[in-house]
Amino acid sequence: MSASGPFQDKPKIRVDALSVARGGRVLFEGLSFSAEPGAYLEIRGGNGAGKTTLLRTLAGYLKPRAGQIVFENLEEPSLALHFVGHQNGLKPTVSVASHLRYWAGLFGGASDASVAAEKLGLAALLERPARTLSQGQARRLSLSRLILAPRPIWLLDEPAAALDANGKAMLAAIIDARRADGGLVLAAVHEPLGPTPSQTLTVGA
Amino acid sequence: MSAFAATFRRDLALMWGGGGGALAPLGFFLGATMLVPLAMGPERNLLAAAGPPLVWIAAALAVLATLERLFQADLEDGSLDHMLLSPAPLEMIVLAKGAALWVAVGMPLALASAPAAIALQAPPELVPAIVLSLLLGMAAFIGIGLVGAAVTAGVKRGGVLIALIVLPFFAPPIIFGSAVAGGEHVGAALSVLAGFALAALALGPVAAAAALRLQAE
Repeated sequence: MSASGPFQDKPKIRVDALSVARGGRVLFEGLSFSAEPGAYLEIRGGNGAGKTTLLRTLAGYLKPRAGQIVFENLEEPSLALHFVGHQNGLKPTVSVASHLRYWAGLFGGASDASVAAEKLGLAALLERPARTLSQGQARRLSLSRLILAPRPIWLLDEPAAALDANGKAMLAAIIDARRADGGLVLAAVHEPLGPTPSQTLTVGA
Repeated sequence: MSAFAATFRRDLALMWGGGGGALAPLGFFLGATMLVPLAMGPERNLLAAAGPPLVWIAAALAVLATLERLFQADLEDGSLDHMLLSPAPLEMIVLAKGAALWVAVGMPLALASAPAAIALQAPPELVPAIVLSLLLGMAAFIGIGLVGAAVTAGVKRGGVLIALIVLPFFAPPIIFGSAVAGGEHVGAALSVLAGFALAALALGPVAAAAALRLQAE
């Protein structure tokens, strides 16, 4: 399980007639799409349209009502994807560096923590406990998982929330780099993130 | 570092570092057991009869208090989502959290049972067996407690619910543990405790992980 292992994957995703429900209400039905290696999909839709539910279903947290989701060309399905949701998953008393160390162990096959910190502008904050971070800094720390443990598929739920212009540029840069490596990025957004989407999905319209 | 080691290290640091979540159950245990002799007076026979069960009840309640936030915090802050994406099975991560709880809370509490037992007039030659029985009993309590904590992770103020779920399963370790503390059939009671602890540690994480997968929905 080397750091470069999952990089060799050229993942594809195929979604067929997907239907999901939340709290007893059907959010959308018959959603089909597919994405090739290097694709970047933007998921659009109003508040409560089902963007988060779609991403959580793709991540495997939720069971779809009907339809199927197929990932292809993955060597190690357990190392296939990252999910960045609304919650950053930070413990207030734990330092930035300790969060990076913990994730490196949890996600396996991690690269250098200092590189991840550098890419998201966290290098000066390593010893700070998470409770002292601003919203935007906490979001950067959460996004650093994407660099820390290389995985081919990224599922991002409004990843630019609370980020400043500089942070958004960093996010766009790492998304472009992942696409160039043949990765697959799906992001639920209200405003365009920067990289030109290869496809735009609208849910619940 | 493996996912098990990373989780163990983090939980240990969270329990001992800032806030000191691990000190509260220890304080509760010592407070409860040390106040009894003061409340009951120096009547030796009375204390010797009431003491052993008291040590075990105080230990069970002290563990119970730590369970409510064990998975709830991870569910609320999104850490559970991360755990589910680890290449390590969730059962292993749950076991790591249980192991950290045993080291942070179970071990200090078992060691604290030595002064507690002496204050409660236990015969000194029985103290090592009491400490050993508490070490095993804590493992059993935590194995069972993992399930209760996982099932109620999504419930606000789930403490009462946890108590209802786990206390019936706490009864066997309490019965056999009190037998050790009372000096009856010490060897046999320790064997039963060890067996119960192993069973709880083998089955608890599996059941807890199944419950947590549902919580992520």
